[in-house]
Amino acid sequence: MNSILSVENLTLKYGRHEVLSNISFTAEVGDYIGIVGPNGSGKTTLLKAILGLHPFSEGKIRFNNGSKDGRFAGYLPQKAVASDRIFPATVREIVSIGLLARKKDPKFISKGDYIKIDAILDKLEISDLKRKKMGNLSGGQQQRVLLARALVSSPELLILDEPASALDPKIREDFYGILKDLNEKEGVTILLVSHDMASIGQYTKKMLYLDRRLVFFGSYEEFCKSPDMTVYFGHLSQHQFCWRHLDD
Amino acid sequence: MINVIQGIMEAVQYDFILKALLVGSLIATCCSILGVFLVLKKFSLIGDGLAHVSFASVAVALLFAASPLLISIPMVIVASFIILKLNEKADLHGDAAIGLVSSFSIAAGVLIASLANGFNVDLMSYLFGSILVISDVDIVISIILSAAVIILVLLFYNNLFAITYDEEFARVAGLNTRLMNYLIAVLTSVTIAIGIRIVGTMLISSLIVFPTVTALQISKGFKGTMVISAVVSVSCVISGVFLSYLFNLPTGAAIVMLNTVIFLAFFCIKRLNII
Repeated sequence: MNSILSVENLTLKYGRHEVLSNISFTAEVGDYIGIVGPNGSGKTTLLKAILGLHPFSEGKIRFNNGSKDGRFAGYLPQKAVASDRIFPATVREIVSIGLLARKKDPKFISKGDYIKIDAILDKLEISDLKRKKMGNLSGGQQQRVLLARALVSSPELLILDEPASALDPKIREDFYGILKDLNEKEGVTILLVSHDMASIGQYTKKMLYLDRRLVFFGSYEEFCKSPDMTVYFGHLSQHQFCWRHLDD
Repeated sequence: MINVIQGIMEAVQYDFILKALLVGSLIATCCSILGVFLVLKKFSLIGDGLAHVSFASVAVALLFAASPLLISIPMVIVASFIILKLNEKADLHGDAAIGLVSSFSIAAGVLIASLANGFNVDLMSYLFGSILVISDVDIVISIILSAAVIILVLLFYNNLFAITYDEEFARVAGLNTRLMNYLIAVLTSVTIAIGIRIVGTMLISSLIVFPTVTALQISKGFKGTMVISAVVSVSCVISGVFLSYLFNLPTGAAIVMLNTVIFLAFFCIKRLNII
């Protein structure tokens, strides 16, 4: 298989404090990788290093298209400004930001760009919201708009940081369903950070367990049946994360 | 009503009123456009802080008998960079960084003024502005400034919108967020250095904050906010100049009071769901 991203011996420090230690893994084209781990384990830091937002002290991050950072990737951040109700921005204006990465200065939004924006809104079934103010939308609608912003430039790699943590269960399921379709039907490679192992395990093809170092990287099934993970979590916790596989 | 119209017709016969209308409208346009970025980036009070720096710089200029504008513009730009650096490097929130620079500057201005007697009257004119004594040089500078602000904002509109909405995402998209922040800081600094001659140190920040918060009451989109903000600001300046002529009021104060009335009107419109 072709790799889309490879992380080699990545070490990242805040001052003298080592946040990530010697992380190595490869994402193949079409992978759907769930990055999980306890609070403070470096999940978000790893994503930010991949996106070029955090300098790292050692190691290499390579993209198959030769890019030096994750600029070509679609990104859905953890804490969206969307929660700012007073910010005056329509859905169309926000999604247009997703097109700027591939434009040269001065960056203008053309009529053709608006056609792309309307197409992605249509695909995510939110075209009726395009002239609405972002701050007036529900949490689930806002998350779809931000997904549209990440997808409007047709990225091969989609990077999401806790995208569904603030959503109620039904909307969360719908949201994960959209991601699954993107991965399976359109071949978009997905890296998704979540603290909710049991939930994302249903959708992802691989799990990457992080605790400042790489504890596990492999399929969800291997993750559930791995004796290493049993030692790490204990039987009870592993059963809670992996009830689907362990009961088979 | 007829008297008011006659008064306005009479006012526009005077050169100084026409100059006040032109320069006031240009400064109001710049302040309102930049205000949208500053208010939404939670740097609303930067106008106030930099106006205090400008006050100190005028004190320095008067002490050395130099041109206030030549001293003010570089000093205010440096101060705006210090505020940005404090915000970035010293882990200070924008308001705290502005507070530090602002209070230091006002203290420095007062100290210089007290040490050098003889220019306190000139300094006071910068506190409250003098929109009715505008020179031809002021007009030229204001036209150049407003043209620069409008052209740069139009050229970098999408970059500025992206970093105002979500700076982290803008960085991921490869935008030079630091350059854009410094661009806003420079444009704001020059606007304030020129603007305090007209509306004064005490009132310049109102030209930055009021039109934006008024526009925010009714606008849905970013472009709309900018347009409404500029229209409100220019309308208030024009009406304020006429009011001050007709009723012999201080111009700066009249402009701010009008801004307050328009804000309250828009606030009520929003509350009553009229739009």
